[in-house]
Amino acid sequence: MTLTLDQLPDHQACTVTQVAPPADAPEWHAWLEEIGFLPGEQVMVMTRALPGGDPLVVRVGSSTFALRRVEAACVQVATEHMAADGSAT
Amino acid sequence: MKQAIVHVHRGGPLVALVGNPNCGKTALFNRLTGSHQKVANYAGVTVERKEGKLVTPAGKHLRVLDLPGTYSLHPRSPDEKVTCDVLTGHAEGEKRPDLVVCVVDATNLRRNLRLVLAVKRLGLPCVVALNMTDLAAERGIRVDGAALSTALGLPVVNTVAVNADGAAALLTLLDRPDNWKRTAPIGNGASAADNTEADHETVRRILQGMGLDKAVPHLASDRLDRVVLHPLAGPPLLAVILFLIFQAVFAWAETPMNWIESATHWLGDSVAALLPNGWLQSLLVDGVIAGAGGVVVFLPQIIILFFFILVLEESGYLPRAAFLLDRLMGGVGLSGRSFIPLLSSFACAIPGIMAARTITNTRDRLVTIMIAPMMTCSARLPVYALLIGAFIPQRTIWGGLELQGLVLFCLYVAGIVGALVVAWLLKRFTARKLMHPLMMELPIYHLPRLRNIAIGLWQRVKIFLRRVGGIILALTVLLWFLASFPAPPAGATGAPIEYSFAGMLGRALAVVFEPIGFNWQISISLVPGMAAREVVVSALGTVYALSATGNDTAGALSPLIAHSWSLATGLSLLAWFVFAPQCLATLATVKRETGGWTMPLIMAGYLFALAYLASFVTYRMAVAAGWG
Repeated sequence: MTLTLDQLPDHQACTVTQVAPPADAPEWHAWLEEIGFLPGEQVMVMTRALPGGDPLVVRVGSSTFALRRVEAACVQVATEHMAADGSAT
Repeated sequence: MKQAIVHVHRGGPLVALVGNPNCGKTALFNRLTGSHQKVANYAGVTVERKEGKLVTPAGKHLRVLDLPGTYSLHPRSPDEKVTCDVLTGHAEGEKRPDLVVCVVDATNLRRNLRLVLAVKRLGLPCVVALNMTDLAAERGIRVDGAALSTALGLPVVNTVAVNADGAAALLTLLDRPDNWKRTAPIGNGASAADNTEADHETVRRILQGMGLDKAVPHLASDRLDRVVLHPLAGPPLLAVILFLIFQAVFAWAETPMNWIESATHWLGDSVAALLPNGWLQSLLVDGVIAGAGGVVVFLPQIIILFFFILVLEESGYLPRAAFLLDRLMGGVGLSGRSFIPLLSSFACAIPGIMAARTITNTRDRLVTIMIAPMMTCSARLPVYALLIGAFIPQRTIWGGLELQGLVLFCLYVAGIVGALVVAWLLKRFTARKLMHPLMMELPIYHLPRLRNIAIGLWQRVKIFLRRVGGIILALTVLLWFLASFPAPPAGATGAPIEYSFAGMLGRALAVVFEPIGFNWQISISLVPGMAAREVVVSALGTVYALSATGNDTAGALSPLIAHSWSLATGLSLLAWFVFAPQCLATLATVKRETGGWTMPLIMAGYLFALAYLASFVTYRMAVAAGWG
């Protein structure tokens, strides 16, 4: 199972492995990459809005972005542990 | 169709500032050009175009263009498309820049340098302004400009846009002829994503070589965000901030408003004493001075409101507010992004509707435009202030809350609720297949700089005063004419205005507005009020000044209407102004932004219906409560 950004607990650092946009919004791939969600980048969820934990505040590199849950779900990630195992991909 | 092209500053080589959003580009632009700025629109689109001029130490006169901020050269909004088109030389009526200054946030080189690489490929002469180096140093990020210059193959200078001499190095760089030489453009076929990933690799290598590959977050911003974005503390904090702003708009503006009022009276009296009685004296005193004065008096409130909006914008709080409201907006089918256009609409619907261009999703953009006029714009403030002052007693309730301020707050809320309901109805009845993205940057917090606030305020004050000077004054004079001619027949007993064109028109309209409690004086004032809402105040001033039968022509409007209207009429008019499409300039803007008459006609129709309904209900309920 692939781990995506929205499933991470708050403040857990992880690394982007891939951006997989939904079928009906392929342009999100380029958009998310342009704002910094590129393979190998450090990301972390800072906080979530109430109610429902949507949208999320996400740290990528040294910038901060607000992403909806569906958007964060496009960002596939690996935790440090998984990356070391090589099981992320 | 060819558009007329306005070249604001003729001649001189053109320098364009390009950069990511929030990189301090506009602050640098302000630093470079000071008050020598012209704000207009790009030809064919309504993206704000800011051009200024500067003189380098060697005496070179340059034109500087502040291009809209963008993350890449693959545009996803009309704003970003302008930047792209100007840089590639495809923008209609725009000269391709002779030199590009890539403004780079030194605290976030990773993302910022990708855009530099993309711009460099275009082959335009390009220099890099390493901005916010002071903030970077505070966070322990020391960028070696010379090394970066070698790695990028471009000249690099440090700038600190917020310091007085922070742009000196950049100016010196612009004097060197070498930096103005063009290179051949590189590459073309590669797809957007390929470029992003390849550029990312290049940037990573460069930063690694300079020992800057560790991300250093801004800890102070993170600490603030722990409160501001807190799921439970954040939303109440936002509500308190907005509420305090509206209290301040009323409380702080009172003294300067009294001064302006006295000055208007003094001027009217002086002119009346100088000129002989007759139509010229009447035109100047009752038409021009009373009319323009009645509108200028609200300048202090508009300045205070814009001041707070600018402070929130400069400090970095606005996108956070958008984040906090995203869920609420999502409930009615909009995104947090709609918040900023809607908030701007509190100042004026026109910049608000224009700010909707940053919304990438067409449907969201259209809905935002349609509900923007329901946000209480500053042009309604004069009307609200007059009516609240006349009908709501000045009294403190519930431990320090001003009753008048509270009523004003309720009027704002009524507009917001109306807008949300309309947006929700549109969500119910229009198909929505595609999810729209939020993907919004939350920049680090900045202490707002007085200089940037001052420049922003000055630009808005100029726009407001130009409206007073132009359209509002012209309409006030037209109304004076309608209200003064034809003169009453000999032996007439009533006020002269009852026999004028204005009186006839007002009586005709009064038939339509009678069910909602408007008398003919109000009805006629609504006609010139179509040009701009605040004109209603000066129109009422003119109507009442001219219909006074005694010598008291200039008596203050507020006590006058407090005596001659019932409370129900006052409340009904307040309700009317929450919704009424009383602004031709807004409708014209909507026509331009949506490219046709359909949307503005629908807008005018539904807002009129809503306003009539709201006034009808308010009036009938007030009458039933015994306030008729």
